[in-house]
Amino acid sequence: MEFQILWFFLWGLLWAVYFMLDGFDFGVGILHNFLGRDEAEKRVMLHTIGPVWDGNEVWLITAGGATFAAFPTTYALMFSYLYTPLLLILFALIFRGVALEFREKIESPAWIKFWDIALFLGSLIPSLLFGVAFGNIFQGLPMDGNGYHGSLLTLLNPYGLLTGVLFVCLFIVHGALWLTWKTEGDLNVRAFSVANKVWYLLLLVAAVFLAATTKYTSLYDNYMQHKTLFAFPILAVAWLIGVKVYAVRRQAFNAFIASCTAILLVFFTGLFGLYPNLIPSSLDPAYSLTLMNSSSSIYTLKIMTAVALLFVPIVIAYQVWIYRIFRHKVVKEEVMEGPESY
Amino acid sequence: MDVLFLSRLQFALTACFHFIFVPLTLGLVVLVAVMETRYVRTGDELYLRQTRFWGKLFLINFIVGVVTGITLEFQFGMNWAEYSKYVGDLFGAPLAIEATVAFFLESSFLGLWIFGWNKISKRLHAASIWIVAIASNLSALWILLANAWMQHPVGYELRNGRAEMVDFMALITNPYGWLKFTHTVLAGYVLAAFFVMGVSSYHLLKKNHRRFFKASFRTAATFGLASSLLLFWVGDHHAAEVSKTQPTKFAAMESLWETQKPVAYHLLLIPDPKHERNLVETLSIPKLMSYLAFRDFDAEITGLKDFPKEDRPPVMITFLSFRGMLGIGVVCILLSFMAFIFARKDRLESHPGFLKVMFYALFLPYIGVQLGWIVAEVGRQPWLVYGLLRTSEGVSKSITTSQVLFSITGFVLIYGLLAILDIYLLVRYAKQGPEPDRTGKVGHSATQEA
Repeated sequence: MEFQILWFFLWGLLWAVYFMLDGFDFGVGILHNFLGRDEAEKRVMLHTIGPVWDGNEVWLITAGGATFAAFPTTYALMFSYLYTPLLLILFALIFRGVALEFREKIESPAWIKFWDIALFLGSLIPSLLFGVAFGNIFQGLPMDGNGYHGSLLTLLNPYGLLTGVLFVCLFIVHGALWLTWKTEGDLNVRAFSVANKVWYLLLLVAAVFLAATTKYTSLYDNYMQHKTLFAFPILAVAWLIGVKVYAVRRQAFNAFIASCTAILLVFFTGLFGLYPNLIPSSLDPAYSLTLMNSSSSIYTLKIMTAVALLFVPIVIAYQVWIYRIFRHKVVKEEVMEGPESY
Repeated sequence: MDVLFLSRLQFALTACFHFIFVPLTLGLVVLVAVMETRYVRTGDELYLRQTRFWGKLFLINFIVGVVTGITLEFQFGMNWAEYSKYVGDLFGAPLAIEATVAFFLESSFLGLWIFGWNKISKRLHAASIWIVAIASNLSALWILLANAWMQHPVGYELRNGRAEMVDFMALITNPYGWLKFTHTVLAGYVLAAFFVMGVSSYHLLKKNHRRFFKASFRTAATFGLASSLLLFWVGDHHAAEVSKTQPTKFAAMESLWETQKPVAYHLLLIPDPKHERNLVETLSIPKLMSYLAFRDFDAEITGLKDFPKEDRPPVMITFLSFRGMLGIGVVCILLSFMAFIFARKDRLESHPGFLKVMFYALFLPYIGVQLGWIVAEVGRQPWLVYGLLRTSEGVSKSITTSQVLFSITGFVLIYGLLAILDIYLLVRYAKQGPEPDRTGKVGHSATQEA
């Protein structure tokens, strides 16, 4: 039981860290067309995420792999029930990754335009659909002993879409704040302006989301039993407000870190509500996938725990080290002439 | 056209496509690392230009391998849910470990390498490409240990209606996995060597950047010869392992119908699966097959007829793919031997015919590695996990034909587009040749340690 609980939270943590990191890549991908006035500015924006986006995306692969290894039944049913949205996410991620690497390979306006659109959609679609997917997981999927009784359209329900919009808003603000930290000059001013404006929308959507959660999900059941858990949503909102406080004061790094924290807390708010389910059944709780009935053997969980305890700190250490190497602002001269390029 | 057929087709297409890019990644990164190390050691600008030119081609190729890899990891759950439930313990674990110990390392340090030219010292920059090289090979190891478990399951017990892990050491020391790993990685090295020799030949024929491409060719020829010889040796051991662990696959690879003792090797053989016999068996070497299979000239090998029909893999495709792979392997050894000699004696340019052959030979290993995977995976049929779970039992129950038709169409269109764009870029950059010699401009400021 202890190992299942541990892996339930590690599972949540991997997804949360993935959203915290790739979230700003998505935000930059969504914004780069609108914020960049010329090619140099667009390159500056894309070069801020250039060294790190691929390492960020590996958190998704690890989250997927950990779901497979620790909760194989959840992995099997989550991925096959959410077949079409996951497929669209995969297609979008293909375009996102390739766009970043290929965009600057040929100096032709049509070529660049094509990849700009690919990058925009390749960032927007996963943001939205990951939100839709988790919104539906929070609500529970229509599944019972006979399998799954939903379709793509049943996934696009109001609460699912609301969660999708919440993710998009979170990532736009997150990406804009990353840019305020990593850029200078006019671009920096515009990034602050976007972060400050979209923040109001984000707060509104977050408030509606928290309210809608009482109506559409039973996430708050756990909270009613253990009132101290309310600390998580309250802190999430507090950090969201912190984002605004820092952004208004133009403290870019602090605002970005506040946004990171808020994303983790938002995700953990959902996770504590789900516990002990990974995917609740909206039809009959007896068919919910729980940390007990969907886990792998204790032996495998122990092996995976050893691997995670040994290697995840190492991964975090060298990723932090690499972020530090690239901590300086990206400037125009560097992206147009320097040897660093794709 | 049912879900099972379409899911198999989709997995085959996406896996084969992924493996167009992976072997070049595995091999070329080692060559680029060698080039950059030489630059750091000698300070010779030539090696820096080599690093940047071949490094660029490496990157164009690398990204497609990355984005097509994620779809494979997700497909196990999407299309093969029953399989995933059954084997999560043993198959999910190595995949998760791969991401944690290898892929993070590879992606993070590659980012550092691409963008770090002026931000880290020369040595650290070279070290980061070595880390990428080691990590990508390590990544292959974990993936192939997972695949090896499907071929030859070890370290498990059947409990709770699924396979559960009881011995992690058995899983990671599975000899099948280590043979498969060395075989696959060496094939990647051969492919990369032929890629570099092929592109170099193109330029040498045009008399472009002669010093640059002669040096690149020479490095690749040495690498290619060593790798192809080792590959042959490992391949022989791999086949012997298959004869022990997957007798149906082995019999199909050799189109052996009757159980015999001792068994000859027929250089020319035409199978006739319909009548469960071979139409032609000639140019035979007595007892050789017995030796190849069991290291014993008088060993008995079980023929296909002694296995129930429902347990046999498709014979024709397995046999032809195996022979094709083997033939390409032998040709690669001969060509890299000649390449090595000519390059050593600096006689490449006086043999334009050979350069032309080496240019076209660039494609040979690409065909060879695809055939190799066909042997491995078609030869495993009808099993998904050899002897434990049939392919038909592993497919998802909840997905519909229209869903898979939609996804397979999407994959064909998107992968088709990716292939066109990637090949276009590779050809363009390969033809363009290296950056001009501009000593000092691309250099490092070695003091600028981060």
